[in-house]
Amino acid sequence: MKEGRFGIHGGQYIPETLMNTVIELEESYHKYKNDSGFVAELNDLLSNYAGRPSGLYFAKKMTQDLKGAKIYLKREDLNHTGSHKINNVLGQVLLAKKMGKTRVIAETGAGQHGVATATAAALMGLECEVFMGKEDISRQALNVFRMELLGAKEHPVTSGTQTLKDAVNETLREWTARIEDTHYVIGSVVGPHPFPLIVRDFQSVIGKEVRQQMLEKEGKLPDAVIACVGGGSNAIGIFHDFIQEDGVRLIGCEAAGRGIETKDTAATIATGTTGIFHGMKSYFCQDDYGQIAPVYSISAGLDYPGIGPEHSSLYDAGRAEYISVTDDEAVEAFEYLSRTEGIIPAIESAHAVAYARILAKEMDPEQIIVINISGRGDKDVASIAKYKGVNLHE
Amino acid sequence: MSSIQEVFQNKKAFIPFITAGDPNLSVTKELLAELEKAGSDLIEIGIPFSDPVAEGPVIEKANERALKAGTTTDKIFDMVLDFRKESAIPLVFLTYVNPVYVYGIEKFSKKCKECDIRLVIVPDVPYEEKNELQSVFSKYDIHLVSLIAPTSENRIRQIARESEGFVYCVSSLGVTGEREKISNDVRYMVREVKQVKEIPCAVGFGISTPEQAKQMAELSDGVIVGSAIVRIIEESGTDCVKKVGQFARKMKEVIS
Repeated sequence: MKEGRFGIHGGQYIPETLMNTVIELEESYHKYKNDSGFVAELNDLLSNYAGRPSGLYFAKKMTQDLKGAKIYLKREDLNHTGSHKINNVLGQVLLAKKMGKTRVIAETGAGQHGVATATAAALMGLECEVFMGKEDISRQALNVFRMELLGAKEHPVTSGTQTLKDAVNETLREWTARIEDTHYVIGSVVGPHPFPLIVRDFQSVIGKEVRQQMLEKEGKLPDAVIACVGGGSNAIGIFHDFIQEDGVRLIGCEAAGRGIETKDTAATIATGTTGIFHGMKSYFCQDDYGQIAPVYSISAGLDYPGIGPEHSSLYDAGRAEYISVTDDEAVEAFEYLSRTEGIIPAIESAHAVAYARILAKEMDPEQIIVINISGRGDKDVASIAKYKGVNLHE
Repeated sequence: MSSIQEVFQNKKAFIPFITAGDPNLSVTKELLAELEKAGSDLIEIGIPFSDPVAEGPVIEKANERALKAGTTTDKIFDMVLDFRKESAIPLVFLTYVNPVYVYGIEKFSKKCKECDIRLVIVPDVPYEEKNELQSVFSKYDIHLVSLIAPTSENRIRQIARESEGFVYCVSSLGVTGEREKISNDVRYMVREVKQVKEIPCAVGFGISTPEQAKQMAELSDGVIVGSAIVRIIEESGTDCVKKVGQFARKMKEVIS
């Protein structure tokens, strides 16, 4: 396979202005990823700052309730900053610092990646600016203020649908204008090569831990691993170590929004076609002329019209399955996990929980499902209340 | 002699840019005629894209207006075919890779040939990815125009060696749009290109005033003017044709 490609997907479809920077990033990454000093520094941050390894928790009540497969939860929600995003960000910001960059920029949807980037930048003494769709700013007000507290500068994006896709556009534009001192910390396994590879490598710690924890607790690998998919970084993170294990089903849960038969959906695999956008060939929600569709999901983090190229390749190869989960199902699962296990998941992660509730019942009690709880749901409480028609006075 | 060579023959080329369908396709056709009358040597037509990441706010909004007006790639081809009944002026399409890829590279090339369009610029396809388009374009005698940026440095010669039609020199970092100052790297870029290939170099990004156009024309073989024209269209809407013509005449005059 060509470097930077996953099957037919991936590539480097970006303006010439960015090419040398991206090549430099690739070279630096290959140099540092095997550098013992870099690895030691990153591992130290992951364990002592971010709180890794995250727990693998046996969800006993959920298992009893569903009367099917045993359910384990990978607790990425317990990481510092409240989601899996910190894994990638610590790696990338440390890399940026080694490359001599003094400023980082990032896009954010739900705000989790923005908060994580602002956190790492504060820690390592880099300037940080975050681009966020105006629509997302209003539904994720708490994260916006967190970023400000952490010293990051916020740029509201008012173009297009004012969500994650437009935030990526604007961050790419900013990077094109100011390359010399700036690294673009892409938050998911998307964008031009080498980003899908770098982000996947930094996130693959999730799956590696799951393997070890599973072997310790059960003496065997899980039968299915389930994660939500927007761009797909938490999913690739938990899938990657199991791709070669044919006995482990890999299941990504896309945001169906109001349903894949409606226009208000962000389910890329279910409704998309092959295209080239944001630097990569992959599946995208788009029309017959290649105009990117204005997608929708209750979850700002999954509200993206594309999916990472490695996911598209796993789908083409039949190695991973992708199913769609509606807003309603996700909200129900959000409440279900809160009440059943005392864990309020991110609305993104709730999409994975929703499908696990269905799948578990079809499986035997000796089988095991691991759900990646990619983030915690504090940020979503206000918008879920609104969704349910509850009037909160914050 | 091909029409592309004529564009740069014994003169500095003036290359205006407009977005097809902004404000609508019938005005676009009028604009093409007016720009030809104003002395344009080559006209760059943007096929609108929902997410034009190489564009600044002015052209980005033009893309939005065009799509909102119902512009599609098929309708643009129809308009150009219609325009061809009255004009043979060289035309170049600028669009992003996705509209070409999803339309079908082969089908897109065929349509371009029918419209006598021999040049296509795709700003999000760098040297590393160009073969996917070029291998099909070449079957239809269409050139994929290579772009060179102020950050290209060691890549300039590699890109220039395989360039076709003309080389598009991006004058400054960032996206399209008017600027007070444009970079000094143009002289270096053009010199590097000519070291390895005798091919015309046109400069674009940020050229909005006659003074800038004159200065850039002295350093290169032609000047591309986009945002400054699109801004006139934005401000005057369907009444823009005459004003665009006046501006184009002024620009053509200073670079000649």
